Amino acid sequence: MKGLRFNRKHLCIPYAVFLVLFVIAPLFVIVYYAFTNGQGHFTFDNFVNFFTSTKTLGTLLYSFAVAIVTTAVCLVIAYPTAYILARSKMKKKYVLLLLFILPMWINFTLRITALKEVLSVLEGNISVYPFLNSVIGMTYDFLPFMILPLYTSLQKLDNSLLEAASDLGANKATVFLRVTLPLSVPGIISGITMVLLPSMTNYVVLDMLYNNTYIMGSLIGSYFSAYDWNNGSLISLVLLIIIFIVTLVTNRFSDKDANNKGAIL
Amino acid sequence: MSKSENIIELIDVRKVFDDDTIAVDNFNLEVKKGEFVTFLGPSGCGKTTTLRMIAGFELPTSGKILLNGEDISRLPPNKRPVNTVFQKYALFPHLNVYENIAFGLRLKRIESTYANDKGEKYTKKEKLTKAEIDKKVKKALEIVDLEGFEKRSVSTLSGGQQQRIAIARAIVNEPEILLLDEPLGALDLKMRKEMQVELKNMHKKLGITFIYVTHDQEEALTMSDKIVVINDGDIQQTGTPTEIYNEPVNTFVADFIGESNIFNGTVVGNLKVKFCGATFDCLDDYEINQLVDVVVRPEDIKICKPGEGQLKGQVISSVFKGVHYEITVIVGKFEIIIQSTSTAPVGSTIGLRIEPDGIHLMEKVYTVNKYDGEITKNNTVKFGDGEFECDVTQLYPSSHLDEEGYLITANGEKVDLTGVEVNVEVDTNDIQMSDDKDAGGAQGNIISMIYKGDHYRYIVRTEENEEDYVLSCPDTWNTGDFVGIIIPKDKIKLTLKPAGESK
Repeated sequence: MKGLRFNRKHLCIPYAVFLVLFVIAPLFVIVYYAFTNGQGHFTFDNFVNFFTSTKTLGTLLYSFAVAIVTTAVCLVIAYPTAYILARSKMKKKYVLLLLFILPMWINFTLRITALKEVLSVLEGNISVYPFLNSVIGMTYDFLPFMILPLYTSLQKLDNSLLEAASDLGANKATVFLRVTLPLSVPGIISGITMVLLPSMTNYVVLDMLYNNTYIMGSLIGSYFSAYDWNNGSLISLVLLIIIFIVTLVTNRFSDKDANNKGAIL
Repeated sequence: MSKSENIIELIDVRKVFDDDTIAVDNFNLEVKKGEFVTFLGPSGCGKTTTLRMIAGFELPTSGKILLNGEDISRLPPNKRPVNTVFQKYALFPHLNVYENIAFGLRLKRIESTYANDKGEKYTKKEKLTKAEIDKKVKKALEIVDLEGFEKRSVSTLSGGQQQRIAIARAIVNEPEILLLDEPLGALDLKMRKEMQVELKNMHKKLGITFIYVTHDQEEALTMSDKIVVINDGDIQQTGTPTEIYNEPVNTFVADFIGESNIFNGTVVGNLKVKFCGATFDCLDDYEINQLVDVVVRPEDIKICKPGEGQLKGQVISSVFKGVHYEITVIVGKFEIIIQSTSTAPVGSTIGLRIEPDGIHLMEKVYTVNKYDGEITKNNTVKFGDGEFECDVTQLYPSSHLDEEGYLITANGEKVDLTGVEVNVEVDTNDIQMSDDKDAGGAQGNIISMIYKGDHYRYIVRTEENEEDYVLSCPDTWNTGDFVGIIIPKDKIKLTLKPAGESK
């Protein structure tokens, strides 16, 4: 019974089944719905709708704005934090790192609800600053995802490289700009990837903050809850393509440093 | 030595790390311009720390580092005209070969003097031009023999090539001193030998001062003008390779540099020394009865017919090492290593001759007496022609003795110590003498007393095997007195001999 002998390749069967059922098949379903109308006929209407409707295009732009600002704010907060945590000789730095990671362990709903209460106290009526609140909410949610890859890539940084740079005449600022920063690029990129894309779609944060603005995620949600699967699928497809392009671009970036790959969580 | 000759001087430099370990202790050194100086020592001896203080990566806890007479000990590394070649190269992985070498040049500012319209002179700090940088990088690559590698990524280079780039990156800045921290440690033997020669040539060609750190004594002997042997943060000896090899000042240096046979000896007459049970002529002049360490290099021992040399022994092993044989001979209870181009059959008895110039004597610096001992069935220890009460429980951690006198170890095992061979150490301050020759575990004659300022240093020799006890005592005794040796039970330090060492 040679054909039934167990082989190491057989270990991947469960994953292959999962992949087909929950990734590949749904993809085809999405593509099918995106290019058909309610009656099941092939059409480009959904596609045309998306790129001609000011509502959808506006939402796309707004999502980008929220996502980019969120990513920028995360980076500005996370880089110095990760730098201090990774490079300082502090004895208690692991405790500090834990403090930044700890929120990830607390239930998301609880965290955002707490944030909502804080914002209510600070702003009075929280619906007055929807953009600001979106960014605050997303930053609060995604900050650890930026800190961790940065921390890992900065911690791996060989101290002798920094010494070599200062030995060759670089002052502290030059050492940072010409050695530390370029070598932490892989960490920056993986941080950006992990924050930028989710913050375009995570509309739950907005909902929970009583936010009436729309981002891409909210748009998809609203189409599907109105049983318009076709338009909903098309938007998902567009997002998928955007994500694909962004990943391609960032990979191109980190390929340049193929030999000192930064951290991917 | 005039001041101007010294490019760098270390004065009483001391470095204590945060955890109170003393890495470097009162280090004093003068290095002349253009010298090739090597810091040689075992790992953890403080040689790298010293180098790092010269580079500016560590600040000395106290003391001064003078460069051309100016104190630079507090300057940051980027303000010092020295460059370092790191142990693991530390090339920038995000830059190609060209950019790695140009790193320092791009940061350099040259002061030039101009005259304005009115003829007033003023100075301006200027960057190097692209063409200048280009020229210098090309030249540096030429020196390390890697022309055409400019565009290569550093990660595609072999260890040896990376090493050369690291050297090029340092010398391109024309430093006054080039610091090299075990730069060849990661290379294979053949590559290392090649690079040794190349570095030496580079040193000649460039004419700059090299300070080289290594734990490899052969490397140090091959390359250096001056070797600084370091141990435990202290300079043991400074000298040319020949001086260090032929005239080591203490047993550490003798042992660390090359192979050596080190014996305990006693000066027995004018230019005569006794060791291994025989008397030899020697060239070092010491007072009679002075205890000395005798160093004999393996290649200075000649094989001859039994009965012809000063010593006679049995060959127990002979190993071919390429150029020579390494022969181990047992003479009495001593083991002697010989290097010779001819060999002798294992088991045969041969004579050994040592010429006076092959014997190097060093004054013994005594702080502890060391003996080979054996535990008796009464849990006493026999050594130095005597038998002493001792605490055998120190041989095994948290052990105790049961009523029958057997040792019970921490995990409850019963150990019979009878006949176990041990190393015995007794501090010179812990031995007392007594008029009653039976008061202690051994007895002997005082053969030497030397006044040391506030106490006398006595040597008591036993009659049977001529074992020596060295001790410090503030009281006055007379040479020739027959005394008993008393050592308190808790002052005898015992350690088990490592397995295989006991004969």
